[in-house]
Amino acid sequence: MKTFRIGGVHPQENKLSAGKKIEVMDLPKQAVFPLSQHIGAPAVPCVAKGELVKVGTKIADAGGFVSAPIHSSVSGKVAKIDTVIDASGYRKPAIIIDVDGDEWEPAIDRDETLVRQTPLEPKEIVAKVQEAGIVGMGGACFPAHVKLSPRTPVDVVIINAVECEPYLTADHSLMLEKPDEILVGVSLIMKAVGVKKAYIAIENNKPDAIALMQEKVKDYAGIEVCPLRVKYPQGGEKQLIDAVVGRQVPNPPALPADVGAIVQNVGTAFAIYEAVMKNKPLFERVVTVTGKSVSEPKNLLTRMGTPMSLLIEKAGGMPEDTGKVIGGGPMMGKALLNTEVPVCKGSSGILLMTEKESLRGEAQPCIRCSKCVTVCPMGLEPYLLQKLSEHADWERAEAEQIMTCIECGSCQFTCPAHRPLLDWIRMGKGTVGGIIRARANKPK
Amino acid sequence: MNVILVAVIALGALGLVLAAVLFLIAKKFAVEEDPRIAQVAEVLPQANCGGCGFPGCSGFAEACVKAANEGSLEGKLCPVGGQPVMEKVAEILGMTAEAGEQRVAVVRCNGTCANRPRTAQYDGVRSCRIAHNTAGGETGCFFGCLGCGDCVAACTFDAIHMNPETGLPEVDETKCTACGACTKACPRNIIELRPMGKKGRRMVVRCVNKEKGPVAKKACAAACIGCGKCVKTCEFEAITLENNLAYIDPTKCRLCRKCEEACPQGSIVAMNFPPRKPKAEAPAAPKAAETPATPQAEPVKIVIPTVETAPKAPETPNV
Repeated sequence: MKTFRIGGVHPQENKLSAGKKIEVMDLPKQAVFPLSQHIGAPAVPCVAKGELVKVGTKIADAGGFVSAPIHSSVSGKVAKIDTVIDASGYRKPAIIIDVDGDEWEPAIDRDETLVRQTPLEPKEIVAKVQEAGIVGMGGACFPAHVKLSPRTPVDVVIINAVECEPYLTADHSLMLEKPDEILVGVSLIMKAVGVKKAYIAIENNKPDAIALMQEKVKDYAGIEVCPLRVKYPQGGEKQLIDAVVGRQVPNPPALPADVGAIVQNVGTAFAIYEAVMKNKPLFERVVTVTGKSVSEPKNLLTRMGTPMSLLIEKAGGMPEDTGKVIGGGPMMGKALLNTEVPVCKGSSGILLMTEKESLRGEAQPCIRCSKCVTVCPMGLEPYLLQKLSEHADWERAEAEQIMTCIECGSCQFTCPAHRPLLDWIRMGKGTVGGIIRARANKPK
Repeated sequence: MNVILVAVIALGALGLVLAAVLFLIAKKFAVEEDPRIAQVAEVLPQANCGGCGFPGCSGFAEACVKAANEGSLEGKLCPVGGQPVMEKVAEILGMTAEAGEQRVAVVRCNGTCANRPRTAQYDGVRSCRIAHNTAGGETGCFFGCLGCGDCVAACTFDAIHMNPETGLPEVDETKCTACGACTKACPRNIIELRPMGKKGRRMVVRCVNKEKGPVAKKACAAACIGCGKCVKTCEFEAITLENNLAYIDPTKCRLCRKCEEACPQGSIVAMNFPPRKPKAEAPAAPKAAETPATPQAEPVKIVIPTVETAPKAPETPNV
């Protein structure tokens, strides 16, 4: 069975909510929409305080090409445009809407029947995706229309249904319940970028999803299911391309499109189907609420802007022994400052870690066991990069390719001395990135 | 005997010729270095801290001589040696030293453990830069001191220390040389180099929170809420209000202390003044008692990140 070549780890899977039906989350009393839900320029509000909005009304325009508009997920009145604490742990501007009823924009087709054919041209599909505010739903939140407009010719589309993060099952449950919609979405992506071949990459810890998809793809030309061996971080774009088609993406600034591949998340494919065929902008998504002490781990179809505390409540409330609340999975997710943080386009899950699990081991001196080097999927030397960052040797850190680090955390996960490798590397990466940008902007 | 003679003469002649060659080359390719550079370098403290903005003391000496040749020593100040050293430098260069102002590092945050209730717990690396990049910090104030002590580690003069009671760094003004290392180390730009002032007396807004009043007040009992009372009180137009935050211009401030009285939050602090007469102290006392305010923010039992990264997914196309 295929997998990527270099490094990788296999954390305990803990897919507690696997196979659970997607439940529809109740509407919140107030919905909060941070303006920076994606990579790129923040969106610009296009509603004013007191304005009435419906479900699907655009409330913020894209702030540039690499940006995405934001749509209301609720109907009601704009309460204010203020700052709220978002998943970044800082106060950021956001639009806050008081919910009143559930009135949808009339243009949205709420019929459940599957639509397979569209007369739209590739360019029109991309325009619709852009207008619907669709971003990468795996968590990176990279605007989808940018990826669908590659600079170089592309010959393969890879659908990321790997879900290599432990605990998370949002993509898994979506595949089980909406396979046809996803496959139509994949066909739309193929049409938009002019590609004849698409792979749906699924790790083999989801045999039911693999079987179902293999059955369904028979009706769709050019789509193939590619089962993969379970290994983290297989959902990383570069790792996935290596695993599925055996191509290696060169170091930045090269993009996957430079090796002829485009990767989209399975949730993104579903959102593209809904946007193009049903005229429905991106305003809801499946969120996994899970954790070892959570009484009812769930997959919830949630409107954007719902506070995470409501989702935790729905899953049986916050257990007594919770140590950390993490937005995302345990490997790449980020602990939240408070549970009022709203669900955003990239919120794939909420993980309630028990106090015992969340504790860090005491950092001890490096024993040069080189486990971190073995597991690094980018072939870096994490112990060295950590030292270079700690001692602020930025030139050497850059020469050691610190910028290619994908921050997957495999090194820190595997370190027997509990060294905070990623903390330092991430800081060094930020600093070196700043130095590189300053160098590029410097007038000659 | 003959052999010895020949050898002595031959080697002697060779030596003479080579000496002549070396002499000529030394004359021709002589590097003229101003002898004053070495003299100036000698009076400098040789701390090589870089606080002057030049690469070490020799770099600074060279810059001083160059500046002297151009006619003025203006703007050249060795922060470690201060005025006495600059006078010596000026003497060597035959100039008069500019009356340079002595400066000192000031920590512009008064978010002590009592003033700022903890709302979260950070269990990552004890580095302010990492903590700053990770999230807002352990308190509701996203501008104030993180308390990991990057400034303490940056100081080469042992002039700044963490006070375990307040959780804030404190500057030892007798040791501080205003080299600016701590100001650069602080990821939140809390530490500022300010003029020492007469007898070390100065007025400082000890807050850098730019949030709106209610938000700032909720986060910290000593936060500047941007009410502007100090601006109205000041007779010398020394205080400006920008982004909900007051700033006292040290060049305009006349140390009248009226702003300190006007500030409802106690965020304006008078440093190194003798204690006030009992009369004036009366209104200040209850305020001080009030400040360890009731923690308004509900303490949420959440810890800030560890292994986990920003919600940046495997999908990132590295742009």
